[in-house]
Amino acid sequence: MSATLFGLMGAALVGIGLFGMLVRTQVLLRILSFNLLGGGIFIVFGAVARRGAGAGFGGDPVPQAIILTGIVVAFAATTLAVALVLRLAANQDRS
Amino acid sequence: MIADLLLAAAILAVAVASILARRTFTAVALFIAYGLLLSLAWVRLSAIDVALTEAAIGAGLSGVLLLGAVRRLASRAEAPANPPPGAAMTVLIGIACACVAAALGAVILLLPEPAPSLAPQVAANLPTTGLGNPVTGVLMSFRALDTLLESAVVLLAVICVWSLTPDGGWGGAPGAAQPILGDGPLLLLARILPPLGIVVAVHILWVGKDAPGGKFQAAAILAAMWLLPWMAGLVAPPRIAARWLRLTVAVGPVVFIAIGLAGAVTEGAFLAYPPGWAMPLILVIEIVLTASIAVALALLVIGPPVPEP
Repeated sequence: MSATLFGLMGAALVGIGLFGMLVRTQVLLRILSFNLLGGGIFIVFGAVARRGAGAGFGGDPVPQAIILTGIVVAFAATTLAVALVLRLAANQDRS
Repeated sequence: MIADLLLAAAILAVAVASILARRTFTAVALFIAYGLLLSLAWVRLSAIDVALTEAAIGAGLSGVLLLGAVRRLASRAEAPANPPPGAAMTVLIGIACACVAAALGAVILLLPEPAPSLAPQVAANLPTTGLGNPVTGVLMSFRALDTLLESAVVLLAVICVWSLTPDGGWGGAPGAAQPILGDGPLLLLARILPPLGIVVAVHILWVGKDAPGGKFQAAAILAAMWLLPWMAGLVAPPRIAARWLRLTVAVGPVVFIAIGLAGAVTEGAFLAYPPGWAMPLILVIEIVLTASIAVALALLVIGPPVPEP
């Protein structure tokens, strides 16, 4: 039951994050919205994992492990995006 | 059930407030709250390993990274960004995004019954690895290739971030100079917390083989324990030209690949562990990878060198 609830919440988060990415113009807010969207997708996947509970585990460990990997990769991408924003700002300051 | 409903409502409220916030600082503060609430949702979804990672990386390190960027961008005039979409366009975008969310929600409601699951296979094969935590078993054995690629992605991200170094800064100490603090809570925390944090991180790494925890969570805590004294101005990060620094970042993936290749020679499959050797080999990879990922995560937050103007 809570799997469905949080799955629906994840779906809503994807919509919210996408909306923020499209209507906000400050780049940092776009990066933030992108992470919000990513969190929603992970939760949707996590709800699927929860439904696969069995064999004594509270959830299917395979999607859970992939989500874990995904969070770290999303963070790496975010740091690169922020570094690009800061470098662009520094370039504009100089010119 | 009611607790779950309240939690989901709180997460949605914080998310909406975050994307509508007028100031970027407010948005980032709400985003950190979002990450922490989300980790509670992960607990409710019986994914404790993910909850730990979300709290440490999704809320903690991402929050530090974004707050630092807000501070560095605040001192300059707002760049002439694209004009925001008009009212009609905003409504259209809202409708389109609602459709995306509704489609995803419909998929959630229409998922097949009974749910497909790999849990029985994991349970059947976990004893061969000698591990007790199924998620660690998946990460280090059944889907070790994903973990290897992911550690390579983190290494690549460090190279990409460093490659954004402005002219004249290459090889220098990374990151903007931190303000010198005379006194205050940050300075106190930066002196008291690291010894405790390091012990907690080692514990989380060690229990990761049998209980929720593991290298990513431990690495994120270790990175935070380095970032804290850096932000307080107590330690200067090493120059990015330093050989030991580069070796530390690279050694994790290299050891992982070497053990994988050894498996290809002795067992006939890349990343296959010889019978009886799975557990010690996994431990070696986990410990080396923790060191590499911890340093890499900290370097990613600190950013490329900023030459003095």
